[in-house]
Amino acid sequence: MTDRVLQVAGIAKRFPGVIALDRVDIDLRAGEVVALVGENGAGKSTLMKILAGLYRPDAGEVRLDGRPVTIDSPSAAARLGIAVIHQELEVVDTLDVAANICLGREAVWGGPLRLLDRRAMQATAAAALERLGINARRNEMAGAGLHVRTRVGALATAQRQLVTIARALAMDARILILDEPSSSLTLDDTNRLLEVVRELRAQGVAIIYISHRLAEVEAIADRVVVLRDGRNAGSLERGQIDRQVVVRMMVDREVERTAAAPSRQSVPADVHFEVAGLRTRRYPAVAVDLTLNRGEILGIAGLIGSGRTELAEAICGVTPAVAGTVRLDGRPLRIDTPFDAIAHGIYLVPEDRRRHGLMGAAGVRENITLPAINRHARAGLIARRAEAAWARQAAASLSVKAASIETPVATLSGGNQQKVVLARWLSLDPRVVVFDEPTRGIDVGARAEIYAVMRRLAAAGTTIMMVSSDIEEILDVSDRVAVMHDGRITGILHRDACTPERVMQLAVA
Amino acid sequence: MTMRKEISVLVLLAALCAIVASQSPQFLSVTNLQNMARLIGTYGIFSIGVGVVIITGGIDLSIGSICALLGVLLSMMLVDWQWPAAVAVPAVIALGGVLGAGHGLLITGFGLQPFIVTLCGLLLYRGTARYIASDVTKGFGSAAGFEWVRSLASGSVAGIPMPFVLLLGTAAIAWILLHRSVYGRHLFAVGRNVDAARYAGIDVRAVTTGAYVISGLLAAISAILIAFYTNSISPSTHGNFYELYAIAAAVVGGCSLRGGEGSVLGIILGAAVLQVIRNLVNLMDVPSSLDFAVMGAVILIGALADELVRRERT
Repeated sequence: MTDRVLQVAGIAKRFPGVIALDRVDIDLRAGEVVALVGENGAGKSTLMKILAGLYRPDAGEVRLDGRPVTIDSPSAAARLGIAVIHQELEVVDTLDVAANICLGREAVWGGPLRLLDRRAMQATAAAALERLGINARRNEMAGAGLHVRTRVGALATAQRQLVTIARALAMDARILILDEPSSSLTLDDTNRLLEVVRELRAQGVAIIYISHRLAEVEAIADRVVVLRDGRNAGSLERGQIDRQVVVRMMVDREVERTAAAPSRQSVPADVHFEVAGLRTRRYPAVAVDLTLNRGEILGIAGLIGSGRTELAEAICGVTPAVAGTVRLDGRPLRIDTPFDAIAHGIYLVPEDRRRHGLMGAAGVRENITLPAINRHARAGLIARRAEAAWARQAAASLSVKAASIETPVATLSGGNQQKVVLARWLSLDPRVVVFDEPTRGIDVGARAEIYAVMRRLAAAGTTIMMVSSDIEEILDVSDRVAVMHDGRITGILHRDACTPERVMQLAVA
Repeated sequence: MTMRKEISVLVLLAALCAIVASQSPQFLSVTNLQNMARLIGTYGIFSIGVGVVIITGGIDLSIGSICALLGVLLSMMLVDWQWPAAVAVPAVIALGGVLGAGHGLLITGFGLQPFIVTLCGLLLYRGTARYIASDVTKGFGSAAGFEWVRSLASGSVAGIPMPFVLLLGTAAIAWILLHRSVYGRHLFAVGRNVDAARYAGIDVRAVTTGAYVISGLLAAISAILIAFYTNSISPSTHGNFYELYAIAAAVVGGCSLRGGEGSVLGIILGAAVLQVIRNLVNLMDVPSSLDFAVMGAVILIGALADELVRRERT
């Protein structure tokens, strides 16, 4: 038993309205790579944050070398030898590699003056890089690649990642948690990263490798632990690891098609909205094509980072596409700004409504009339009574619960805030509405109301695209489902042929 | 929209007036009130402009130097070049707008920070003013032909100094623009949440640039009034610290430097508070060297009291 460096036993974590982790167990031995996989929202990040000292578990315990430990802060995690490499690499661009690797643990001399001992830090950094198979001295002599005096801002993403891993090693990390380490790496860089992981495994580091990419998991993992809805969904030892089996473990659940979801008539073929050869700024090499019928709800599924939000934002002019055509009723549109999209009746309900949708300090009225205040103005002056009447009616049509239309939206619940965003667009004769994660952070009751609104809109001839990470939502609401992976549409499934398993297979491509 | 902030500034203003009036009978004399109204008018106009910029979440540090540059130019146009006032005055105002547009375009087009752009403006225009005036004090002397402009600065209507009348006119237009027009709605939206404004289809760049144009135009109008009020424009000191008066007036009046908050009424009350404090220093035998120190202390105490009251309520 003592060879188990880390034991997570019966860890539970509950957030208001959600059980993020429900008695999860994981063991990790020295020199072992355990891949942690699961859908968006399966509990991987929560578990990682508990190990990193960012969250405290509600129940269960974490044992290191068989002894229970309390990880109550990130510095406690570091002291215990646990290091997390996040997707957003935490480096200081303006410092050099050695300073980054020793950040917070600088070598000093000069007694109370605490002057920086650059030579000692460079030696520490070189030693840490050496463990990753990087000969810093040789690189410096050659004047190429990663060495201790390179400014981190000048490094490519893959190299910056190596710097953060080296920092973890310099802090004597015995347990390394890599969160989606390959999500922004090229294939070559990913292969190099896997080499580094193997190297560290050989040195006895225990590694948790979180990834959506099952090909990598197959290549690197000694064991796969699958989480589903905050619970252990099974694990596979090396040799048993099979992509099909993993996918089934990730999604296998009784999908309750809610009674509220009426079996929809199939939408008649009547092309309303087309996207042809659209290339987003993030994935310029990939062209996306989509054809939507009038009154159709097209779900866009895929894992985080698969390019769904980028597609939605390109269609709505937030981040204009680098190439491609968008046609409405056969007519090509030029959409360079949100204004252009709005002028054609194409509206975005953004993922982060507080940041991109609403002015928190302003009231319901001003938030509803913001994009079309011109409609209530003559010669540039606002007709306030007409504006208030409009806002009141728009809010009432979605039964926004607020004391008055002047109540600041920041004080409303998530569901009511989302209804304010919807009320804004619904009052403006929508032709196409693009929803990005329409029910994130919204309770069950308001969720059902929002689905009802979407169906009502579709029935009235508005065409809907719905980006969602919630597979049940995708299955419940969509007429068809387009699945994305790395910026590409890997498949389009009709409602009847759509199962969680099929979606997940396409999503991990 | 609540008036809480405006009411608290009004209370501060009334308290200051009561203190000065009780200590110095001169405070309520017609001459003193008239003189104060003239200054409130002149300073209030450019404070509104800076307030508009602050509402977008920006800042304008160039006001004092714009006053110096435009004051020098006005003198040169009227006295040295013998331009008719009907040409010189619109030219100066237009130039103020052009300078503001330049700031706005640098900020929105190149993504430079407002602080940097207008700080460079502060240095550039001051230097230019001193250079074109050969660092010599300019004035209007006994030159004739523009009495009507002079009367805008030094005249009165029914005992009310013209600059104060002009401030009321400016304030009325600004109030409609900020609180009743589409542009004003967009301006506040940009200040409250620039992303949400962009996602709602608002042309954030045009709105922001417009704010700097307004600031430049109002600074130019004030510059004309100040030039005639002082009647002597020393290019190296004329208008010094005016940008800070404007920022102080806006902030005392309830504008948040984070943007999205503020009102025309508040800014004017803020400008009045500052002038009453200066008057207090004059009348109450406070050494005039303490001028800025008293102003700093009063603003600080006001801000602190306001914050404490706000916390108490929430």
